[in-house]
Amino acid sequence: MKSLEELKAIREKMQAQISLRNEESATTRVVVGMATCGIASGARPVLTTLSDAVQKKGLSNIMVTQTGCIGLCQFEPIVEVIEAGKEKVTYVKMNPEKALEVVERHLIRGQVITEYTIQNYIK
Amino acid sequence: MMPEISLNILDVAQNSIRAGAKLIEITITANTQKDLLSITIEDNGCGMTKEQVSLVSDPFYTTRTTRKVGLGIPFFQYAANATGGDFHIQSTVNVGTKVIANFKLSHIDRMPLGDMTSTIHTLITMNTGIDFLYQYTLDERSFTLDTREFRDVLGDVPFDNFDVSNYIKAFLSENKAEVDNGFIL
Repeated sequence: MKSLEELKAIREKMQAQISLRNEESATTRVVVGMATCGIASGARPVLTTLSDAVQKKGLSNIMVTQTGCIGLCQFEPIVEVIEAGKEKVTYVKMNPEKALEVVERHLIRGQVITEYTIQNYIK
Repeated sequence: MMPEISLNILDVAQNSIRAGAKLIEITITANTQKDLLSITIEDNGCGMTKEQVSLVSDPFYTTRTTRKVGLGIPFFQYAANATGGDFHIQSTVNVGTKVIANFKLSHIDRMPLGDMTSTIHTLITMNTGIDFLYQYTLDERSFTLDTREFRDVLGDVPFDNFDVSNYIKAFLSENKAEVDNGFIL
């Protein structure tokens, strides 16, 4: 059994940093569709990959969240990137590998990966 | 269909979240003697009327407006029934809902339970305002995760904090490995 003592240690370590973190607000939201359609087509590992990568790389301005059905079930798993002052980017038919590319190229370097966006699928 | 039961659980738990639940209890009980895998998802959300309960198994019933079908409950029900098991929903408006799915453990059509650690970890870290009570039992061995206990220790450190999130993942996978003791559900 993992002990609650370990959790206490984490709390003590974090308390100093928390006040700092609260002042930063997320400017970019990454939203993963987690309704039946998304989950059935593999959204869970996509969501896990995104939130792990964002935390590992310390991208504190980015918040990874989930939403219900976006209404485009045939394109699931779907990941939306919503940045303040920019048009929403909708990535479709995602998998963990593509999700990591989105982190590296879009979230870190600011380049939209057009070949994965919905426009590339419905033209 | 979902390729593993843990995805049905993740999906059906989303209904509890949308129902405004503050506490969601997920219980997995496998009994090799009785050849039974029993799964319950219970919440204290807004509940449903008798009429709604009778309609949720119909794939063409949904309260959503983004599409015309609601497959979450039908998928889960079908997965249980396909093994010769059974499926029930009990619900009371303003009290909550309980979904019970019983699978025949050894049936060839029973999907593997799959990655429960990912399902519970995703639910906890993506819904930090909701408490989860998770119980996993295989014959006489079991473990429990209660986020209310974690919350007491953590104070205002959130569940989606990197270290806390990793702790929860390790808690789930290490305890499950101990309970499973090499058995794959």
